[in-house]
Amino acid sequence: MFRHGKSAARQPAGPGFSGTGGIFLQFNVNSPILYLLALVIVLVVLAQSLYFLRKAWRRGREIGMPMDKLKRIVIGTAVFTIAPALAIVISVISLSKKLGIPLPWMRLSVVGAITYETPAAANALSAMGLEWAKVTALTATQYVTVAAVMTMGIMVGIWLVPVVGKKLIGGMINLEKRDKKWGEIFSASMFLGMISAFLGYVFSDFAAVFKGELAGLVPPLVMLVSALMMGLCALALKKLNWRWMNDYALPISLLVGMASAIPITAWLG
Amino acid sequence: MKKELSYIDSVHRDGRIWNLSVMVILLLFPVAVGLIFRAGVDWRGFAFGMLATAPMYWAVGIIETFTFVPMLGAGGSYLAFVTGNITNLKAPAALNALELVNADIKTEEGEIVSTIAIAVSSIVTTLIIVLGVVLITPLTPILNSPALAPAFDQILPALFGGLGAVYISRNWKIAIAPVLLMLILFIAIPALGSVVSIMVPVGVLFTLAVSRILYKKGLL
Repeated sequence: MFRHGKSAARQPAGPGFSGTGGIFLQFNVNSPILYLLALVIVLVVLAQSLYFLRKAWRRGREIGMPMDKLKRIVIGTAVFTIAPALAIVISVISLSKKLGIPLPWMRLSVVGAITYETPAAANALSAMGLEWAKVTALTATQYVTVAAVMTMGIMVGIWLVPVVGKKLIGGMINLEKRDKKWGEIFSASMFLGMISAFLGYVFSDFAAVFKGELAGLVPPLVMLVSALMMGLCALALKKLNWRWMNDYALPISLLVGMASAIPITAWLG
Repeated sequence: MKKELSYIDSVHRDGRIWNLSVMVILLLFPVAVGLIFRAGVDWRGFAFGMLATAPMYWAVGIIETFTFVPMLGAGGSYLAFVTGNITNLKAPAALNALELVNADIKTEEGEIVSTIAIAVSSIVTTLIIVLGVVLITPLTPILNSPALAPAFDQILPALFGGLGAVYISRNWKIAIAPVLLMLILFIAIPALGSVVSIMVPVGVLFTLAVSRILYKKGLL
């Protein structure tokens, strides 16, 4: 394999015997064998998550973290994850129209995100003279090429973290040891740097408002609703002593923000 | 006698083994498909596809590594860079969990909290995607319905609205300058919306510089 130039016309047309006597499979983007390969990768990644969860949980217990605290982290995070995870399912559905289900399922369960996978696949197809919007059925060669580009185009983080991760984290811990207060400000500044970039991003269509296109107001208004909801949650926690609110404030503000997008878009979009 | 590894050292050792193993397994996917279906790579398509994809996303990968590793801690980073969706899911999940129990990422407790949050988020996401794949036929018309589309289109504003309210209200002195800078940049140059990953480290470096000045002047 991995020789150049096997054209679609030379692909096996259906199940049968190859010239050398072996049995070959007919290619289909939803072939059961592709599901099996994707499942193996998804299970490996799931195993890694379970491994680190168990390791961190046990260490947490060893250093005296109460069970209740650990459970709150798990439940709060699980609830918060549901809505963004559903958005990822939508991405799988969207990509599956061109690439079948197994490849998007595998890609979006590991490294990728929709913002990367679609351009990567479109670039690979375009390099083979195909147009993303017009693709109907891929040949095995095209599929392998697209999968190779999608895989290798975003591989950096997986190997770079093992290379530099220890030094970076060691540097952070040393910083904290040298000057505790600056260490705390440093952490808060990093988080705020990321958040400020995304707050800016929310306003990236805002300039269109000056041309009378009110749709540019939708993202900032949704953000505002979500922020106000977070404020209400904080108020409920403080004034009504609803302690459970602390664990669910972010999922609640996320869902209310998303829900508000429906009438706001209908109004302005 | 063999020296016993500290928790954090064992996280680095295990993370390296896991990540490099997953990398090999991921690379084997196209190889296995090629072998099973007796298909080769279209090398020209591969080369030009990589040329159009890799420079941008490798640069983003390098930038994200240096930006997110200090935010997510060791265990969280090894996991997040394998399971993906860092900015829209894993980083907010870790930040939310740290905030929930008032832990600092630079402490061992913070390291544990971030790892648990990212692991749980990855597991829940994986399971929901599996459910989505199994139920794709009945789910497609619901999740793809025009009525719900605006809600899923606005997931990032809804997410960062809530998260921003918490962090900005607690650190408003630090937040003013970077928020103003980013608002001006994104409104003046709307095209930045397509390279938000690159703007994250810009925001982080700018915020660190402003914080350092304010700290040295005794204003924080």
